[in-house]
Amino acid sequence: MRYLMLVCTDPTYRPDGDDGAPDVDDWVAEMDGKGIRLMGERVRPASDATTVRVRNREVLLTDGPYAETKDHIAGFDILECADLDEAIEVAAKHPMAWGGVIELRPFWPADED
Amino acid sequence: MTPERDLIAEIYADGWSRIVAIMIRLTRDWSLAEECTQDAFARALHTWPTSGVPDQPLAWLTTTARRRAIDRMRRAATEAAKLKEVAAAVEPQPPPYVRDSQIPDERLELMFTCCHPSLNLDAQVALTLRSLAGMSTAEIARAFLVPERTMGQRLFRAKQKVAHAGIPFRVPPAHLLPERLPAVLHVLYLLFNAGYGDPQKTRLCAEAIRLARVLTAAMPDEPEALGVLALMLLHDARQTTRVDAAGALVLLADQDRTQWNAAQIAEGAALCERALRRRRAGPMQLQAAIAACHATAPTAADTDWAQIAGLYAHLASLHPGPVVELNRAVAVSMADGPEAALPLIEAVAASGRLDDYHLLHATRADLLRRTGRAAEAADSYRAALRLAPTEAERSFLRGRLADLPPQS
Repeated sequence: MRYLMLVCTDPTYRPDGDDGAPDVDDWVAEMDGKGIRLMGERVRPASDATTVRVRNREVLLTDGPYAETKDHIAGFDILECADLDEAIEVAAKHPMAWGGVIELRPFWPADED
Repeated sequence: MTPERDLIAEIYADGWSRIVAIMIRLTRDWSLAEECTQDAFARALHTWPTSGVPDQPLAWLTTTARRRAIDRMRRAATEAAKLKEVAAAVEPQPPPYVRDSQIPDERLELMFTCCHPSLNLDAQVALTLRSLAGMSTAEIARAFLVPERTMGQRLFRAKQKVAHAGIPFRVPPAHLLPERLPAVLHVLYLLFNAGYGDPQKTRLCAEAIRLARVLTAAMPDEPEALGVLALMLLHDARQTTRVDAAGALVLLADQDRTQWNAAQIAEGAALCERALRRRRAGPMQLQAAIAACHATAPTAADTDWAQIAGLYAHLASLHPGPVVELNRAVAVSMADGPEAALPLIEAVAASGRLDDYHLLHATRADLLRRTGRAAEAADSYRAALRLAPTEAERSFLRGRLADLPPQS
């Protein structure tokens, strides 16, 4: 199964000192090596975002993110996992799960409604 | 009721979840699995009274359910490959039907899937009752006081999430078990508590105990699973004496111990001992040990309060929380007197976390009364009275308030 792993910051959380979070390069090397991580990128912060809407055939642009949320997307990865349990284990090893928030979204297969 | 109908009802109670589990494994479709299991039981109700109950009723039901699944998939024009897979699968063979079977079985996978922590707790509870207890959506809705439509949507969403998110249908591997088993135990105990003390909902208690028996039969080495079964048996054994004929609350000390279910208490206490011998004490085992201390005391005066206080201290070290501290204070007051317990209660009160909990105020009032501080006790009784949720409790508190010596 494929999952979109959204990597988000959590401005409300301040870890107390060194919480032993894993290193992101180790994570990438491990997951690439296992064939779990198909791709992934960091993205620029919400202040660099542009929101696009087409309403009545008119393109409307907004400077900034579309949703006013506390979590901001910092990056994403695409995972190929056996099931949700494996995806959860993979996400829990990512340093941003320790200081930020990770959301796992299963892909919607093209042949399903 | 004909004897066949009685037997079908009995087979339903035990067989529903086993056939649902087999059909889920086969079709990977929860709704389809439930529908065809339902169809198979409907067919049994129709034909068994005249044709007689087959020698292997579960095998008969499983075969019928599988044929229904193939029919339904054909009608829904399910993709050919999947249909072929189900049709070609080796006939799943459920074990023969044995009353109170102790054979580890496929229900365990269903239990862990229903209680997967990626589902919210309401969804876990609803799925467990539907798939494992075989309760209808309407029955579950009534038990949790929500409209049937709401419960239907909750179940629908939960099944969708299981299918779409890739929640595996299995007993978690050993390295995940320590974090997954507590979720299952929590749901079972929550079911039990949802039924406890309400004569209309005793089915929930019975189902929780039945499922805990399935779990412990399949995982006899998990002390916390033994612990939750022991805990529920010990509470259930004393269920009928909690309120009197008029519906008023009866304190533990005043309950008629001859009315308790002695066999169930003996079983619960033995299970609890068996669990604790494994030297991996956990919150369920400790709560069961506390319940066993109460349940096995011949009279209220014989209760070993010092041991109970020690068990609460152990529980507080594993599972710190204000309610545990409150209970510990009660045990200390019984073991060492109210003076020893008051500082513990004041610490809980100072934390502010139980300000809205009537039992904090009621317990504090009781300790103040016993130390002769009547005026302060009266204030606390009044606070408890404002917060108490049931008339039985309010009436008890009013009685205590009225019995206080006059204050100058």
